[in-house]
Amino acid sequence: MRPVLPDLIGEDLACRRGERLIFSGLGFRLPAGGALVLSGTNGSGKSSLLRLLAGFLPAASGRLMWGTQPVAADLAGHHARLHYVGHADALKPALTPREQLGFWSALRGLSRRQAAAAVEAAIAAFALEPVADWPCRWLSAGQRRRVAMARLLAAPAPLWLLDEPLTALDEASQAGLQAIVVAHRDGGGRVVVATHAPLAVAGARRLVLDDYHPRRAREPVLPI
Amino acid sequence: MPGFLGLVRRDLQLALHHSGDTALVLAFFVLTVVLFPFGIGPEPDVLARVAPGILWVAALLAALLSLDRMFLPDYEDGSLDLIVLSRLPLGLAALAKIVAHWISSGLPLALISPALAVVVDLEPGAMPILVISLLLGTPTLSLIGGVAAALTLGARRQGVLLSLLVLPLYVPPLVFGAGAIEAQETGGDPRADLLLLAALLAAALALAPWAAAAAVRQATE
Repeated sequence: MRPVLPDLIGEDLACRRGERLIFSGLGFRLPAGGALVLSGTNGSGKSSLLRLLAGFLPAASGRLMWGTQPVAADLAGHHARLHYVGHADALKPALTPREQLGFWSALRGLSRRQAAAAVEAAIAAFALEPVADWPCRWLSAGQRRRVAMARLLAAPAPLWLLDEPLTALDEASQAGLQAIVVAHRDGGGRVVVATHAPLAVAGARRLVLDDYHPRRAREPVLPI
Repeated sequence: MPGFLGLVRRDLQLALHHSGDTALVLAFFVLTVVLFPFGIGPEPDVLARVAPGILWVAALLAALLSLDRMFLPDYEDGSLDLIVLSRLPLGLAALAKIVAHWISSGLPLALISPALAVVVDLEPGAMPILVISLLLGTPTLSLIGGVAAALTLGARRQGVLLSLLVLPLYVPPLVFGAGAIEAQETGGDPRADLLLLAALLAAALALAPWAAAAAVRQATE
């Protein structure tokens, strides 16, 4: 039997960027194996929420908890248990996918041998073998996106935060990514996805960020 | 520490791929120094008198040129987020990037400086002190520059702001660096100046990486 893992809990979260309050009163509970799909209009705060969950951005109010432990109390520990794949692919044009995956995997604390094995597995899972030793400037947008996603497997982490993961991916890669997310959740991993595209995530809790907009939530939407 | 050397190696690898950046720094150093004999005139006495200052100011401006490359590319392509999330404490990650920056800019500057000393008629006996002072001083320049480079991430006109922030802070290394060479030239003892340069380096080494880390954290919010 697997040990009981603590839930990731957000309580009454609010996010402020500069002067602007982006959302407030947002709460959720994400158990091991769970998934959370963030949707909402442009600028509703999907990416901000992901950065808040990653610990980059402090919450303007409310609490983010890992079980009974506030995330802010052990930020390094929180960072170590998550993967964040943002809009930017974080790839260097001059280096190859294999070099970069190995580098990130080592920076996550894997030993050289573990890293080499994990990188090979990640390359295989995202069907990157043909381009693994090309400099990244030769890769297409979709291939670059796949290399960025391959970091998820190049070092294990229980919490995945994905910002628009399907952008630029072809149908086969989208299906591949969904299968990888399913396998991750079956292993007790959890995932938070911000997306416009309909991503089939079974049993996911859906958060529509517009519902937490401080003004829009109260005012009725006017017909144009 | 996991990844410290890996990060240094990766930054050096990238610097090698963009070796034009290092070449630019060196070319700037060479050209600025070469301009002085034209401006001041070729009298050896006059040139020799101002040579320590010329060499140090030129090296300092050259080092300034490449500072914006320290964090900006990683900030723009999202790598900085991943560095913040890595197991490596952010202060050490900042130090790794600063070390790589020094190896690809300050170190080559110190190594080619004797060739330029000839151009400005520096006394041959002062050349070892020139190299030593630059070897002790340029890491301080990279460390201070690292803090400023991290602070100006996300700012408009980063380059200009960076120079304004950094140049006043470069005064102490400049004073002691040029002072050491001058002391040697005039028959004094350069040791005091060199020790002060080393003290500046020690202080910057202890403080700058953590300040840069705090600034990076601010930038990735």
